[in-house]
Amino acid sequence: MKFKYEIEGGNFSKAGNASSAVKKMLKQLNVPPPIIKRLVVALYEGEVNVVAHAWNGCIQVDIEPHRIFVIIEDEGPGIPDIDQAMQEGYSTASQAVREMGFGAGMGLPNMKKNADELNITSEVGKGTKVEITTLLNE
Amino acid sequence: MKVKNIVKELGLSVFCGDESLDREVTGGYVSDLLSDVMGNASEGDVWVTLQTHKNVMAVASLKEVAAVILVKGHKPDEDTLAQGIEEEIPLLGTEMETFELTGKLYELIQNQNGG
Repeated sequence: MKFKYEIEGGNFSKAGNASSAVKKMLKQLNVPPPIIKRLVVALYEGEVNVVAHAWNGCIQVDIEPHRIFVIIEDEGPGIPDIDQAMQEGYSTASQAVREMGFGAGMGLPNMKKNADELNITSEVGKGTKVEITTLLNE
Repeated sequence: MKVKNIVKELGLSVFCGDESLDREVTGGYVSDLLSDVMGNASEGDVWVTLQTHKNVMAVASLKEVAAVILVKGHKPDEDTLAQGIEEEIPLLGTEMETFELTGKLYELIQNQNGG
């Protein structure tokens, strides 16, 4: 089963809407709550990154028997140095975004902690693709 | 301990979420960094913050916290309140500063859970 949700870049009033829609859908599909809880953290961080940095993007969720595979893809400035971006505390967020309580450099580390597999590819000036795998262990 | 007990004991104002004041409180989390709350708060926590914008409600909803308390007399933004009403999330307020409020809240929750 595949689902797709759009993310609007720059619009903080809608940040979290896509993650919330995915969460509702996973609940309806009776995915175990601990799995939903972890995935939602990773999804929200990914969504906020698109809102804070990119022009637009989307979340694609593919639910398979043994795993949930998520792609968060955007058209945006890209990440020049992914290793640096993964470091706790590193952020390129604007002052305005930081004042809202984002941009503390915790987003990507949070995503890594809450995904069974995290894969990020990015092209500067084009965009970023984040792949999150969550295993559905019986 | 329910949200309504905390409201009564600490004299909190209720901006919205009256219909959800029977929610069970299992702990608390204090932070103004949204990623910190996303990463570390637990379901059933009372979240204490001075942030008043709408994303607070998005995080509160995703994490299923029991309630949000705004400190130092902060009032929720209009769209924050609107989302709180829509999702029936208890959004509470106090004139107390974070230190004082959290101290009282901690004691209250500890006493309840311990006793």
